[in-house]
Amino acid sequence: MESIINRIDKNQFWKFHGGIHPPEQKFITENKPIRTLPLPKELILPLQQHIGQAGDLLVSVGDTVLKGQPLTSSAHPMAVPIHAPTSGKITAIKDSTIAHPSALKEPCLFIEPDGNDTWVKRNICNDYTKQSDSDLLQKISDAGISGMGGAGFPTYVKANTSAKIEFLIINAAECEPYITADDLLMKEHSPTIVDGINILHQIIKPENVLIGIEDNKPAAIKALQNATKNLDHIRVCIIPTKYPSGGEKQLIQILTGKEIPSGAIPSSQGIVMQNTATCFAIADAVINDIPLIRRVTTVTGLGLNKPQNVWALLGTPVNFLLEQCELHPHDKQRIIMGGPMMGFTLPSGNVPVVKITNCVLAPSAKEISDESTEVECIRCGQCADVCPAQLLPQELQWSAKAKDHQQLETLNLFDCIECGACAYVCPSHIPLVHYYRIGKAEIREHKQQEIKADKAKIRFEARKLRLERDKKAREEKQRKAAEARKAKMNSGTVEANNEMSAVAAALARVKAKKAQTSDTTSQDSTTEAAAKPKNPQIAAAIARAKAKKLANQVTDNSDITAEVDKTVEAKVENETPTENTADDKKSKVAAAIAKAKAKKLAKEQADEKTDVQNEITEETAVNDVSEADSKKAKIAATIAKAKAKKLAKEQVDEKTDDQNEIKEETTVNDVSEADSKKAKIAATIAKAKAKKLAKEQVDEKTDDQNEIIEETSVNDVSEADSKKAKIAATIAKAKAKKLAKEQEAEKSDNSQPDVEDTKAAEKKKRIAEAVAKAKAKKQQRLELN
Amino acid sequence: MAFWIASSPHNHIQNKTSALMRLVIYATLPGIFAQWYFFGWGNLVHISLAIISALVAEFFILSLREKKIPEQIFDGSAILTAILLGISLPALAPWWISILGAAFAIIIVKQLYGGLGHNPFNPAMAGYVMLLISFPVQMTSWQPPLQLLAIDLTFFDTLSVIFTSFTTDGYSMEQIKTHIDGYTMATPLDTVKTNLTLGLTIAESMDSTVIGENFGIGWEWINAGFLAGGLFLIFKKAIDWVTPFSFLFSLFVFSFIAFTFSPDSNASTMFHWFNGACMLGAFFILTDPVSGATSTKGRMIFGALAALLVFLIRKYGGYPEAMAFAVLLCNMSAPLIDQYTRPRTYGHKKEQNAEDNTNA
Amino acid sequence: MSIIIAIIVIGIIALLFGALLGYASIRFKVEGDPLAQQIDDLLPQTQCGQCGYPGCKPYAEAVANGEAINKCAPGGEETIKKMAELLGVEVQPLDENHAADNTPKVAFIIEEDCIGCTKCIQACPVDAIIGTTKQMHTVIIDECTGCDLCVAPCPVDCIEMRPIETTKQSWQWDLNSIPVTQVD
Repeated sequence: MESIINRIDKNQFWKFHGGIHPPEQKFITENKPIRTLPLPKELILPLQQHIGQAGDLLVSVGDTVLKGQPLTSSAHPMAVPIHAPTSGKITAIKDSTIAHPSALKEPCLFIEPDGNDTWVKRNICNDYTKQSDSDLLQKISDAGISGMGGAGFPTYVKANTSAKIEFLIINAAECEPYITADDLLMKEHSPTIVDGINILHQIIKPENVLIGIEDNKPAAIKALQNATKNLDHIRVCIIPTKYPSGGEKQLIQILTGKEIPSGAIPSSQGIVMQNTATCFAIADAVINDIPLIRRVTTVTGLGLNKPQNVWALLGTPVNFLLEQCELHPHDKQRIIMGGPMMGFTLPSGNVPVVKITNCVLAPSAKEISDESTEVECIRCGQCADVCPAQLLPQELQWSAKAKDHQQLETLNLFDCIECGACAYVCPSHIPLVHYYRIGKAEIREHKQQEIKADKAKIRFEARKLRLERDKKAREEKQRKAAEARKAKMNSGTVEANNEMSAVAAALARVKAKKAQTSDTTSQDSTTEAAAKPKNPQIAAAIARAKAKKLANQVTDNSDITAEVDKTVEAKVENETPTENTADDKKSKVAAAIAKAKAKKLAKEQADEKTDVQNEITEETAVNDVSEADSKKAKIAATIAKAKAKKLAKEQVDEKTDDQNEIKEETTVNDVSEADSKKAKIAATIAKAKAKKLAKEQVDEKTDDQNEIIEETSVNDVSEADSKKAKIAATIAKAKAKKLAKEQEAEKSDNSQPDVEDTKAAEKKKRIAEAVAKAKAKKQQRLELN
Repeated sequence: MAFWIASSPHNHIQNKTSALMRLVIYATLPGIFAQWYFFGWGNLVHISLAIISALVAEFFILSLREKKIPEQIFDGSAILTAILLGISLPALAPWWISILGAAFAIIIVKQLYGGLGHNPFNPAMAGYVMLLISFPVQMTSWQPPLQLLAIDLTFFDTLSVIFTSFTTDGYSMEQIKTHIDGYTMATPLDTVKTNLTLGLTIAESMDSTVIGENFGIGWEWINAGFLAGGLFLIFKKAIDWVTPFSFLFSLFVFSFIAFTFSPDSNASTMFHWFNGACMLGAFFILTDPVSGATSTKGRMIFGALAALLVFLIRKYGGYPEAMAFAVLLCNMSAPLIDQYTRPRTYGHKKEQNAEDNTNA
Repeated sequence: MSIIIAIIVIGIIALLFGALLGYASIRFKVEGDPLAQQIDDLLPQTQCGQCGYPGCKPYAEAVANGEAINKCAPGGEETIKKMAELLGVEVQPLDENHAADNTPKVAFIIEEDCIGCTKCIQACPVDAIIGTTKQMHTVIIDECTGCDLCVAPCPVDCIEMRPIETTKQSWQWDLNSIPVTQVD
């Protein structure tokens, strides 16, 4: 420990493996002062500018915000807020291209500056040494400070370490070519940076503070040395210039000779590292209460007429910076955010400056050309010589190309810091880093999938267990109930007799249901070309896949769908007369449609109060609009018919019940003899009842009594011999549809400005759509079969 | 306004594989010059023939493989292979030797394994060994240095010998090899080896005419030429210094030990260094990155192994020269050496790495 | 005589080696996962049942007992390759009955259309749909395996399979997909 300090005092440092010396190109901007830019016309603030979580919005579109006002907040530990860089109005909150190599779109705030630059109220703190650590940390967190060197890790998280810290290292190496932002900041604002270092020192309480700076910045070194003259605990360490000495792990190795174990964080070794720009931001936030709303950005490259370091407000579009620095673009101009080694290209100039943007590079065609074409690797090994992580880049490259993830991990791909040294020296111009990035992304994705698969497996097994348990429980319950009943029945009372008949009815129902299910199953399996007599669900899944294929072929042209609808209807209509006697399939299709309709009504009813009276009134109102007496009956009949169909199906299954059969025939006769008015009334009542019943059925609380009555009423219509009634019903149905539409239109106009009705109409329409969809689906299947 | 998209790093060293190859080719020039000076036009003719053959073969295979022909054919690798092969051949070997050797090197050794970067063996040496095994007579008919020849060997004589086996004056290869005193001359290495079997000591062998004052007339200068070229390459960072250093140092050590123990039956260290294809091998063949070891430690082992093999084969083998065999054997072991000399990754413990190696 | 000696010697040697091998097979027995378990680990665990078995594990068991390895549509070629490697059989193309594009998808319920029938909830093999009778249902995206078993039972077709959106985290460095228009 002492020897480390001794060595540092003697200016002896360790070396990290590899490294390169790319042309520095810092001369372009290093002698020009930091320029303050005019306000841009618009600021774009991505909600998330750091690693971790985005905060929750505190403002909305149209709000006027003041400079320094927080715009997001979050209780999440990995979230830091963003602030309004100037006063103005929020014009939009929408997805926009963010500063990320993927150029994906993420939510951004758009602020139109009002030009006044009005501050929110600030609390200037004159003596930070009197503040408590937690207050300071809170301030750093509230100011939205996250690492400004590149990674964007929330600073207060890093500073809030419980580990005992030996070294606080301030990273002033700035090893990337071209970038001079930290250099200029140190030249101009060394005292503020030292304030920031002192604040960190107060919070973290390290034994030593080391400032690591490359020897190619003599003026900045001088400024720092002057500012720290009276501070014994801070040492300015001048290290030799070599890329990537500014990498966290590399700088730690140079200064302390320690290696951070793979996968560990520096604080585990008693080291915390912060960037100079971050220190400046901390001082600004704590002392002047200025949140992180601006930063020094190097706008450089020979593609610009006036390359310079600028104070850029966060959210300033890159276009504006390029305009200010006078870009003269060439063909295939690239704009790089960050340095030439690790930066990423921007697809457009509409990307904002964010907290990590230390450089915007606009190279001329000569500086950075794109004519390099990849040729075969000749295993020259230069990449391995320069790799600061001592990896074997060429072996990694082969494995990455072969997608051999296991080998990639064996070769420690995840220790690659993507510094680009290997790709820089490669004589074959292989974009090595790009291959590693893809490899890393793939491995990460793969792991995610594995985790997901494991979770799915656990959930699947848990579900299976639950289902089995439920089944057992049910059986147990049934057994008990049966025993109880038996006991009762054996007692021989009147009650017991009643019970007995009820049980008989229930048994019949169960039988019927079973019959129905087996019916469906057999149908389904026949549709599956009889080849897969397996789980009906599976069959359905396969059928679905096929249907999808077919649907794709058919295309989702609305005309065709409409036609399909029509044909379905036509078919249904044609089939209606033969419904009862008829072949299984057809009736089932009809039944299915009817079912959907029933559902629609069930839902409708549920939504529109279960009061039958109300329903009838409403229906009447509808009929009033149509202004035709005869139509009334038809409409009512239609609706009844729909239900009837559904029930007809059930009835078919329940025909085993003799009693039902008899009653039904009686009612049929009734109907045929009844006059039109009677029929109307009967139908209406039947409808109401049917609705009620349908609802109850959905709830699976079937009342025996109701069912019988309902079935009876249903039979009134469905079983009726008279063709006339059916045809009328069909026509009525069509008319009803039309009417529903008309009614809806009218209602939306003003004839009946009843909100509830409008809603109902809307709902109806939606349901009608849903039914149509269901029909189309059924039709597709039918065609397949 | 939208911009060009690319992956980082965006700047790149202005160095290309083809430029590297060109540099290596330039570095062979001093050695080739010495060869021409002491042995005449023979090797230059062979180099030219080999280049033509190699390019034709490369073109043929590349078009079969539907690769980008102009780029790959002139990346310099085929030409370099041909030059190295041409240098290694006996100066007056028949013309079809170089044609066949270069074609074999390119088609079989290089392209059938997947082209540049994928060949496990050094193509030039593999071609050489194939020729040596298949055509031992032609491949061991070394021409003595010009100054020892009884007849005057002009450029046209050389061409004539290569293409018709006789000089323009009708001398055959055997006659060319015959010393004025009536005995057949061989290479210094061959001479020493033969003499040892005849029971002569090394010191006695050193009196042989072909050896001259130092280690072999002409041969010492050729090796010096390649040494100079090699040092130039190291200076230009075109090749890594580790392999040649390790090779030469180990060869020195082995021959020194042997010489110390038995100076009568073992040639001196410098005799080993400056004879045969020693320097050519050290700087131009063993440093071929494609078929060599990658890591520094691996290169150390690689060079030392080559030196050991060269020494053993020169001393005990059936052939007087050993470079080609040693190179091929080392090429074979290169993947294994690489496997066990992986450097420790930053942040990883040594043990773990070793474990990884055994797993891999 | 010498023949007899030879036979005896060879016989003894054979016995010795037999004993050695027998001992080794007991002493160094590898406690491996049962085959079905290993196969199950290779399967994508979507529990979609497209293979004809109710879930991944039953299919794994069936494969261990000789069922074809090419019936896992979500796993696609990759899973088939892995299974072929494990079982030492030929790689087969995906059964065309089961062919489907296996871009990762999740179910999405169009909430306005949902009538609350709970059919999809019953169909979901991993309990990734929540909701109750006549209440709108929704999919827990993180739990959804994209098996699309819930799509068919829906009576109003309000469930659709949507591809999982790319985020910053899941982006795979496909620079070619970034729209680039040239500088004017």
